[in-house]
Amino acid sequence: MPADTSNADLVRRANAGDFNALEELTTRHEKQVYSLALRMLRHRQDAEDVVQQTFLSMVEHLSGFREESSFTTWLMRIATHAALKVIRKRRGLDTISLEAAAEAAGQGESIPHPEFIADWREAPHELIARGETGQLLEDALNRLDEKHRLVFILRDVQGLSVRETAQALALTEANVKVRLLRARLALREQLTRVLGDPATRLEPHRH
Amino acid sequence: MAQNQQHDTMKCEELLTLLNEYVDGTVDPAICAEFEQHMTGCNPCQVVVDNIRQTISLYRAGQPWELPPDFRARLHAALRERWRQRQGQP
Ligand SMILES: [Zn+2]
Repeated sequence: MPADTSNADLVRRANAGDFNALEELTTRHEKQVYSLALRMLRHRQDAEDVVQQTFLSMVEHLSGFREESSFTTWLMRIATHAALKVIRKRRGLDTISLEAAAEAAGQGESIPHPEFIADWREAPHELIARGETGQLLEDALNRLDEKHRLVFILRDVQGLSVRETAQALALTEANVKVRLLRARLALREQLTRVLGDPATRLEPHRH
Repeated sequence: MAQNQQHDTMKCEELLTLLNEYVDGTVDPAICAEFEQHMTGCNPCQVVVDNIRQTISLYRAGQPWELPPDFRARLHAALRERWRQRQGQP
């Protein structure tokens, strides 16, 4: 299957009965789905279950895929919901809504101020090209509370809107915004401590 | 740290609460102008905004995990099996 065959073409071929096209769609997306599931669930077996469910669901529903969104978006949505289902099963929804209510009422912790402020030594595309930041990113993500991690993954990594993220996690949009800000600041802090150039370090905000 | 000597318009603290909206481009245009005016005079805030944008783009680019080979083999076998079942249906 040529690498420049579009996903949309592969979908049409698969729907016309071409198994190779279906396998190619899987090969193109399996890493992305697995990475999403591992980041959300932090459990290898659960992540594998989500990957399997996602692609079996793709086989079931591909003929109903309508190309209003991109295939990748459609598939990642299936994967996100499969992973959320596992999370919901793991813990009762009650604890989540209590927590969220406290947050909305402003009883959550205050927003942490940036401490280590410095320009990064390298631009993101250079860091990505050298492939040395993978573990750093995952370690930083793993240090977040689950409630912050999930919001960051759905909103910033998967690109869901604030409203969609709120719906997916059964939160208010205000909750999502508070959590997103905390997640972004916490990750920025951790990454900048490693990637920041100490020579450019600036004093943090003082008020 | 700059103190906004001339116009005491927006404090770093306020900027922090508008950070999401600014980074996402959903901030009200009037507030956006104030935000940017603050950053012109406040290097730390400018750097924090840059850092956050870079953080997001690093995470967006990363698909760090390879499927364990044995799992990948099982996955593709399961797909083939499900495919066969479906092709067998009228
Ligand atoms: Zn400032």
